[in-house]
Amino acid sequence: MIERTPLLNLVTHLVLVSGLVLLLMPLWIVFVAASHDFHTVNQVPMPLWPGDHLAENLAVAWQKGNFDRVMVNSLIVALGVTVGKIVIAALSAFSIVYFNYRLRMLVFWVIFVTLMLPLEVRIVPTYAVAADALRPFQAMFDAVGLSVDLPEWNLLNTYSGLILPLIATATGTFLYRQFFLTVPDELTEAAKMDGAGPVRFFLEVLMPLSKTNMAALATIMFVWSWNQYLWPLLVVTDHQTFATATMQLQKITPGPAFGEPPIWNVAMAANLIVLTPPVLVTILLQRWFVRGLISTDK
Amino acid sequence: MEKRATFSNLWLAAALVAPQLLLVFVFFYWPSGEALYWAVTLEPPFGGSNQWVGWMNFETVFADPKYWNSVRVSVIFALLTTALSLAIAVLLALFVDRRLAGHQIYKFTYFIPYALAAPAVGLAFRFIFAPDAGFVSAINRVFPNLWNPALDGTDALALIIMAQAWNMAGYNFVFFLAALQSIPRTLVEAGAMDGAGVLRRMRDIQLPLITPTLFFLVIINITDSFVNSFGIVDITTNGGPARATDLMVYKIYSDGFQGKDYSLAAAQSIVLMVLVVSLTFLQFRFIERRVHYS
Amino acid sequence: MAEIAIRSVKKTYGKVQVVHGVDLAVRAGEFVVILGPSGCGKSTLLRMIAGLEAISAGEIAIGGRVVNRLEPRERGCAMVFQNYALYPHMTVADNIGYALKVAGLGKAERRAKVEAVAASLGLEDFLDRKPGQLSGGQRQRVAMGRAMIREPKVFLYDEPLSNLDARLRVAMRVEIRKLHQRLGTTTLFVTHDQVEAMTLADRIVVMNAGKVEQVGTPKEVYGRPESTFVAGFIGTPGLNLLPGTLDPGAGVVHLEGGQRLAYDRQRWAGAGAGRVMAGFRAEAARMARPGQGLDAVFEFSEELGAARLVHGTTGGAMVVVSLSDGRDLSPGDRFGVDVPAGEVQLFDAGTGRRLSGERAPAAVPGAPVLEAV
Repeated sequence: MIERTPLLNLVTHLVLVSGLVLLLMPLWIVFVAASHDFHTVNQVPMPLWPGDHLAENLAVAWQKGNFDRVMVNSLIVALGVTVGKIVIAALSAFSIVYFNYRLRMLVFWVIFVTLMLPLEVRIVPTYAVAADALRPFQAMFDAVGLSVDLPEWNLLNTYSGLILPLIATATGTFLYRQFFLTVPDELTEAAKMDGAGPVRFFLEVLMPLSKTNMAALATIMFVWSWNQYLWPLLVVTDHQTFATATMQLQKITPGPAFGEPPIWNVAMAANLIVLTPPVLVTILLQRWFVRGLISTDK
Repeated sequence: MEKRATFSNLWLAAALVAPQLLLVFVFFYWPSGEALYWAVTLEPPFGGSNQWVGWMNFETVFADPKYWNSVRVSVIFALLTTALSLAIAVLLALFVDRRLAGHQIYKFTYFIPYALAAPAVGLAFRFIFAPDAGFVSAINRVFPNLWNPALDGTDALALIIMAQAWNMAGYNFVFFLAALQSIPRTLVEAGAMDGAGVLRRMRDIQLPLITPTLFFLVIINITDSFVNSFGIVDITTNGGPARATDLMVYKIYSDGFQGKDYSLAAAQSIVLMVLVVSLTFLQFRFIERRVHYS
Repeated sequence: MAEIAIRSVKKTYGKVQVVHGVDLAVRAGEFVVILGPSGCGKSTLLRMIAGLEAISAGEIAIGGRVVNRLEPRERGCAMVFQNYALYPHMTVADNIGYALKVAGLGKAERRAKVEAVAASLGLEDFLDRKPGQLSGGQRQRVAMGRAMIREPKVFLYDEPLSNLDARLRVAMRVEIRKLHQRLGTTTLFVTHDQVEAMTLADRIVVMNAGKVEQVGTPKEVYGRPESTFVAGFIGTPGLNLLPGTLDPGAGVVHLEGGQRLAYDRQRWAGAGAGRVMAGFRAEAARMARPGQGLDAVFEFSEELGAARLVHGTTGGAMVVVSLSDGRDLSPGDRFGVDVPAGEVQLFDAGTGRRLSGERAPAAVPGAPVLEAV
């Protein structure tokens, strides 16, 4: 459009550049702080250009935060949640959309309601369940008077404990459901005419068609589960073995203001280590990430 | 919406939803039910099964000024983070949508803050806003003791508000931009033909047309400020100083896991659940009323 | 009312040129239709006049003032968009009156004007509705009202009827024409529908691949197409075109299949020998007994009610003849195509342009055909 608004264009560019500074400056400061020695980072005002101690600080932070182990843990959890979510969500959405049974609206709502309460809101009781995942069944057996003794299944300090409760939401199911509903009926009918059963139709028609949605869901779920903090904090007490990357931030956070000056450069190096994987994933897969954001939250 | 062509193998259908239903039952419905149970019972000091106490736990909670403090802090936190974050995001989205040269760069960078975990945001902001080191400390050189989130409750609250607003700004931007880009270009052109300038069109045409997105984001942001804030508070302020940043989720966590008082924590959880569920209902109502173009 | 002058206007997107130097003069008060297939650059041209696209090269003047650097609001044009582009969150009254509101007119004055415009379009009862509650035809009227209320110097229509069903399209066509007669505003109307163009236009501008092929009255572009493109695009069916070699000495075209087609030697006195396309209208040819005129083989026929189109081949080329009587043929049957020599038109086979050296025919009237109606 022809529009002579030189002043407004200048303002626009200024606003956009300020936005960039505002939104990326914190990351830059983390990076700069992680690249200076202890003395320099505590200077006031702090330098805004990186120094040459980055590798050294990263090495110290890596060691201090036991990142050899916790990065692997975080990766296991993030991949576990992502894969689990994609598989379970696809299966249940397929059942809800493509099978005609009387309880299906009930099943739909039972899953749908879980969208309303994030894990953080119900941590206390969820934690209690995680201590013995079979307890709900035991309690039900007890209630109806059956004397079945189920073994205790303690999920604390296990990967299952870190992963399973995070999968138990409806996010992905609804993404798939929305998508399945847009797949034309004719396709199903054609598959039926060709003699394909439900399993074949699911694997050979629906899944290939869902690739885009799957990629979007996967990026979102990976970042989301990597960034989980409160739940791992509760479920893991054996920090040596099962701690995740985000948990280490608490450990490495400088203590109260008294006593020694905080070792900011190492703390920021640790922060850099923890935030890099999700930031990389969002940048490299930004097309899917943005798409996933917009479609999972509707 | 229903499918015309469906399959009829019931066992298969059941088997397909079974894993999801099992997980949802064990990790969602059972714990939520149990929270309800705990909220109306009390564990006797010398063991034995819980005793029914009715509203007592809620009365204890509601009688506690510390609880009301956490509600007050949470509401201030929710409203200010939401307002701040949405204002920044909508401004940026409107200007990016002008599509001047180079606007693509912003599209691809503005959402990055959302990729950070809450505790990572917390740690970064704790350093940036530390009173004696970091980025903002320079201000204390000029005006000694002007800024100290470790001692001043208002400063501490301001710190976590900025951290949360920053974290969500990128997310909100993505939604606003998507909404703006879904407005048919000819509407904006029609506005230009009708004589409206850039700012006038933003006010009269673009902003009114993205109000459904705005409502949606208000709800999402408020909910997220209740939920996601834990990581920020835990790393930056630990709820302090003097409970100035003792948000509801943080209080539930400290009462339940540090104070080991499950009944009180459960009662607080129920209140928070009710709050979040009502917000979600509001959200669904607004989603129903999306504007349709053409 | 204002005249529009378009001088060697070009449009390029990056390296792709979509409008290649268009020249056009629109007289004040004239109704000009820009006609062409999709992608020919006709909408781009219209949007450059409106100010919605920058002009890459050349000059556009409205009412004698060069507008290249002017913003849309400064050009005095109003536009009706293909999808109407009504503001979905505003009522019909607010949609129509928005331009006045932006211009800072008072509420009462605005209301009065909106009501007057609405009344002239039969929209009085819908003023408080939102566009979403209106039918396609009503939306179309609102879009026209929004354009009218500004009393613009120029009306621009960008394929405004293509979203309507066939019956409504005819009705709206009549309304647009009536509106023009009443207001007399200079109007540019873009369409890909030749019937729309023929019925609405004082003059038609036929565009193809970013270039103007011909400018003329509907009768001129139909009766005397300047190129094989125009010949094929205008009329249902388009002009029959048969490749051959011109033999001015004998006054015939030697067609590729070996047949001969006589043409009016006096009229094409200036045409030299060479490869040509010989054209004639299906309506101008007569069907004859086999052996009379061109030899053709029947393929199929299309029933149109009042007439029938007989499709066949002659010497490997397709030929269509319009029939009013009911002769039944079976595929493979032979028949003759009798073409009066005066109806044959000649085009250069290489460039596709009409052959030069034709005497100005007396048959084509100079005045716009629809004004005479």
